[in-house]
Amino acid sequence: MKREVPLIITAVVGIMYIFQYFVPHEPVSRFSDWFSDWFGIIQAFAIWLGALNLMKLSLLKVARRKKDWMYSLVTIIGFAAIFIVGIFFSRGANFQEPGTRFMFIYDNVYDPLSSTMFALLGFFVASASYRAFRARNKEATMLLLAAFFVMLGRVPVGDMITKEWLQLPHWLWLSNWADWVMNIPNTAGQRAIMIGIALGIMSTSLRIILGIERTFVSGD
Amino acid sequence: MGFWDKLMKIDRRIIFLFVIVAVTLPLFLNISQKTTISYEVRRGFDELARLQPGARVLIPCDYDPPSAPELQPMAITAIRYCLDHDLKMIIMGLWPQGPQQANAALESVLGEVPGETIIWKGKTLTYGRDWVNLGFQAGNELVIQRMGSSIPAAFPRDFRGTPIAELPLMQGMQNFNNIDFVINVSAGYPGIVEWVQFGVDRFGVQLLGGTTAVQAPLAYPYFESGQLRGILGGLKGASEFEELAGTLGKATKFMLSQSFAHIIVILFIIVGNVAYFAGGRRKQT
Repeated sequence: MKREVPLIITAVVGIMYIFQYFVPHEPVSRFSDWFSDWFGIIQAFAIWLGALNLMKLSLLKVARRKKDWMYSLVTIIGFAAIFIVGIFFSRGANFQEPGTRFMFIYDNVYDPLSSTMFALLGFFVASASYRAFRARNKEATMLLLAAFFVMLGRVPVGDMITKEWLQLPHWLWLSNWADWVMNIPNTAGQRAIMIGIALGIMSTSLRIILGIERTFVSGD
Repeated sequence: MGFWDKLMKIDRRIIFLFVIVAVTLPLFLNISQKTTISYEVRRGFDELARLQPGARVLIPCDYDPPSAPELQPMAITAIRYCLDHDLKMIIMGLWPQGPQQANAALESVLGEVPGETIIWKGKTLTYGRDWVNLGFQAGNELVIQRMGSSIPAAFPRDFRGTPIAELPLMQGMQNFNNIDFVINVSAGYPGIVEWVQFGVDRFGVQLLGGTTAVQAPLAYPYFESGQLRGILGGLKGASEFEELAGTLGKATKFMLSQSFAHIIVILFIIVGNVAYFAGGRRKQT
């Protein structure tokens, strides 16, 4: 029963979900609404589960003094602080209103910290570009040229050079080259990837719905 | 180790130093740059400009603070455009931080914390009548699907906890048939792709998508196929949007930093390749 019930639920929900997509009329469309509502409820619980799991792992790490346990301590303190402030000291359900203590933490701690972490990527991208964009072979040279046109064509200085300083004809402006790279080779490549992914998702989904793929219930 | 070898193995901190100068220096300079408007931004803006006063615009803000430097200017411009042209805004988020980012954008447009009623450019704007913020809803793309059949079922209350039936703007609003245009500002999943797959393909919404420069290439196939009305890609897209809307803001200002940073990266790439060939490419491969 522990294996069969989840398999049956998956098969029934999966088949109904496919069916309702092609028959968007009553009573089939009602299934779509039910499943959407249930998915929202499950995801809301999953958020809680994720948060509690994070706390459990962090607490265990601190209690057992595992490597880098101090980072887990920061996680626990941060979580507890924003949780307590959000629930008890931020006008209850209106905690997201501007001016609450929750929003104070959001604006002055979370926002700058997460932005800083993300901004570091810019530096690493610059360093990685220096080392990676080398014309080692034909493929690498093409990548290098595409990067050159897109990087310069996507900022105003690209057109400033080709349009105003060099006064080249319209088709030689760097923005046009960048647009060409984005609209033609990029779109073609993205479409190929998308179609490949879609086919993979379809086959995996069918295997799960039909009960061929059972690792999610048995761990086999 | 020869000169070219040293150049090839340059300390990354030197590159970081150049990047930080390239990014910060332009913030103190007053150099104007002309932005060339791309077709995908112009077409999206033209669709938006067709809306008549009173039209309902849904603005899903699906991003968080790390992506705000690129996306917040788009949200600000979209909100300012809607308020300027008397378009009614319905703000929501499939990312938990999205509605808060939208509130910050609204505050930056209005110049003060948005309350119940506010006077802006001689207009009296009222929450619930001129704009609503539905807040965050868990469920990713299935929220979009649920909105296709019933918006009140997907969002029974706004982000303040008010039942949406009590908000005049939401009265009579059933599903996407009552939405005239959607401007999605997103940084990843769920975002533009999910809005196309569920909102556009299934329910026929008119979608203008704003996204980060990293995500923009994923959106191009949908623009080429006509599923997306327009794309605002990264800071460049945001600056073009600002220019078309006639309100130059942070995106336009930050483009100078981006220009400098790109030039520095390009110069480093050129130097790296010169060193690679001058130092004997075979030795390095």
